[in-house]
Amino acid sequence: MTTAQRITDIGPPNYKQFLPPVVKANYGKWKYHEIPKPGVLVHVAESGDKLFTVRAGSPRLISTVTIRLFAALADKYSGGYLRWTSRNNVEFLLEEEKNIEPLIKELGEQGYPVGGTGNGISSIVHTQGWVHCHSAATDASGVVKAIMDEVYPHFTSMELPAKLRIAFACCLNMCGAVHCSDIAVLGLHRKPPVIDHTALPKMCEVPTLISSCPTGAIRPATVDGKASVEIEDEQCMYCGNCYTVCPAVQINNAEADGISIWVGGKVSNARSQPMFSKLVIPFIPNDPPRWPGVVDAVVNIVDVYAKNARKHERMGEWIERIGWPKFFELADIPFSKYVIDDFKHAGETYNRTAQIRQ
Amino acid sequence: MEKKELKIPMLEELEKGPWPSFVTEMKKSADNPMAADTLRQLEQSYEDKISHWKHGGLVGVMGYGGGVIGRYSNLPEQFPEVAEFHTYRVNQPSGWFYNSDALRTLCDIWEKHGSGLTNMHGSTGDLIFLGSKTEAIEPCFKDLGEAGYDLGGSGSDVRTPSCCVGPGRCEWSCYDTLDACYDITQEFQDELHRPAFPYKFKFKFSGCPNDCVASIARSDMSVIGTWKDNIRIDQDEAKKYAKNGVDIQAEICDLCPTSCIDWNGSNISIDNSNCVKCMHCINVMPKALRPGTEGGATILVGAKAPIIGGALLATVFVPFLEMEAPYDDIKELAEAIWDFWGEYGKNRERVGEFIQRVGLATFMDEIGLEPVPEMIAHPRTNPYIFFGDDLDEDDE
Repeated sequence: MTTAQRITDIGPPNYKQFLPPVVKANYGKWKYHEIPKPGVLVHVAESGDKLFTVRAGSPRLISTVTIRLFAALADKYSGGYLRWTSRNNVEFLLEEEKNIEPLIKELGEQGYPVGGTGNGISSIVHTQGWVHCHSAATDASGVVKAIMDEVYPHFTSMELPAKLRIAFACCLNMCGAVHCSDIAVLGLHRKPPVIDHTALPKMCEVPTLISSCPTGAIRPATVDGKASVEIEDEQCMYCGNCYTVCPAVQINNAEADGISIWVGGKVSNARSQPMFSKLVIPFIPNDPPRWPGVVDAVVNIVDVYAKNARKHERMGEWIERIGWPKFFELADIPFSKYVIDDFKHAGETYNRTAQIRQ
Repeated sequence: MEKKELKIPMLEELEKGPWPSFVTEMKKSADNPMAADTLRQLEQSYEDKISHWKHGGLVGVMGYGGGVIGRYSNLPEQFPEVAEFHTYRVNQPSGWFYNSDALRTLCDIWEKHGSGLTNMHGSTGDLIFLGSKTEAIEPCFKDLGEAGYDLGGSGSDVRTPSCCVGPGRCEWSCYDTLDACYDITQEFQDELHRPAFPYKFKFKFSGCPNDCVASIARSDMSVIGTWKDNIRIDQDEAKKYAKNGVDIQAEICDLCPTSCIDWNGSNISIDNSNCVKCMHCINVMPKALRPGTEGGATILVGAKAPIIGGALLATVFVPFLEMEAPYDDIKELAEAIWDFWGEYGKNRERVGEFIQRVGLATFMDEIGLEPVPEMIAHPRTNPYIFFGDDLDEDDE
């Protein structure tokens, strides 16, 4: 094949070919929506036309066998039309209201629960973990599965004070940016990288490696007559940026790696402004296959929030109202020095007022 | 060839429980030897508590610098089928809309060339094909191209743009997110496939300030729908909400961030000049309240995850921009940003970090945007003002 014959730079297919007729007919002319039950949305257009959406959870990592199943269900119930959401749920776009219940039944029989709408917990957005990533400090899919099994009743109901978004990232690179979630579960490394001085000169550019370190902990060094680097261990904050640019500085460590828990972030502008999640549990060891320590920590925070927050209050809004000391007390989470910031702009996170609940 | 046994007791613990299991999904594809060895290697990781994937390597299709992520096992003798196991980012259709035929075509291609395992979808938005051998990359790309699909971004390029469902289904969409995402993806194909920036650059399009694609937290250019005119009110529907148990005073008026909405027991009134378009009242009473009809978008720039200088939310650049095809204003803004950042940005420095380094005012000067108060939370609290160059210019 010659280069001239190759198809390149065509971009994605035009979405218009995938829009159901009811969407094409009412594009941009939707009037309102309702959530008649968890996982079912009805959107009503100015014309009076209705579009029924059935939303089902998926583990994100899915087999082509399952995609073919979803395609067959779409053919049977939604004219072949379906989409995915930003949280990895699959949505069937139905014109016929009578198809809702049979579709939900078939999805249930195949193991795909319908829910994830309104004031509940939708699917956990997450990263690759040990399934497919080199820098992961933990697995992603396994921890997510274990957490979702326990918070499952909140996926299929809408009883929480507000929506609660959980996100998972298996290292600080945070593919998918979990740092603005109600609960963020984040894999961490805790030991400086180990340098392979034999491989390093062959695999890495030393100046690039040195400049990759945000704290200046990496310095040039000659080891056995070859150009390499040394790491000032006490300056290392285990971000792993050096490992990203140089495979010969290995940061993964089976015993030291694990998971941290962050709370109170949001991206929506509703009521309060978007906010970052804040660290509350600095470390929980990796405990495969079901990570009970992480699951218990998440379930506890969900329960305490559900019991104490006011209607419409997101996690972060609730904590801002009651204050962090009260949060740690209610959640029965021990406070430690590790949750006090010591990076750039740390001072902005200190309490600089006498407004304290005594 | 005798079929190798699939012994994965730890992973099978993750087939228990009500939530759909990724292990069950992987087993569905386990007739494919690559999927089976992925499961075996993952079981090994569960035993060892460490990843067994090696750092990426340079693989890809001819003429592109991104779109395929190299992946190799560090236990190739033990798991030979995943010795090479590269990821493809396939650029998703706007809003992740598909039909069943399109999905079956994609399945045919992936079952022919790879493991049969996918992510629907990756964090940035691409449809992810998980795992193929190096020799399959060009043929798979050819089949994708013939079916009308292309690869997404990776490395220091425009990453695959993504958007919310927009006017396809949502009554709150203040501009056409699906079209803007598609148009801008097509416009910047060269920048998407051929990395030439200091680092990645992400576009995300949300139709309203609920920001369903989290653009404000993770995109270098965040395009969030908003409106200029008044919130549309249906007073009869508001009364119905009240009758059906919504405490409009407590649940809406008292939670309004600018106290600009009032309820007198029978009617809603809104001081629209003080409304900051937060969406709360509209979210609670979607039948009674709707965004106005003069839609457009707020453009924010520079969000990112922590690596490396700390996480950033995006900063307002343009408080209101009309969003009509062909979207020249936003394209020109992006190109002005790339010119300055491309020249002075450091390797692996996101544009948000670059702005922190050079200062927002300097950045605005360089890209030709007039400073406006909407860009800041509050004016500076320190007196260290750089007047230097401006004074010199006055002297001339």
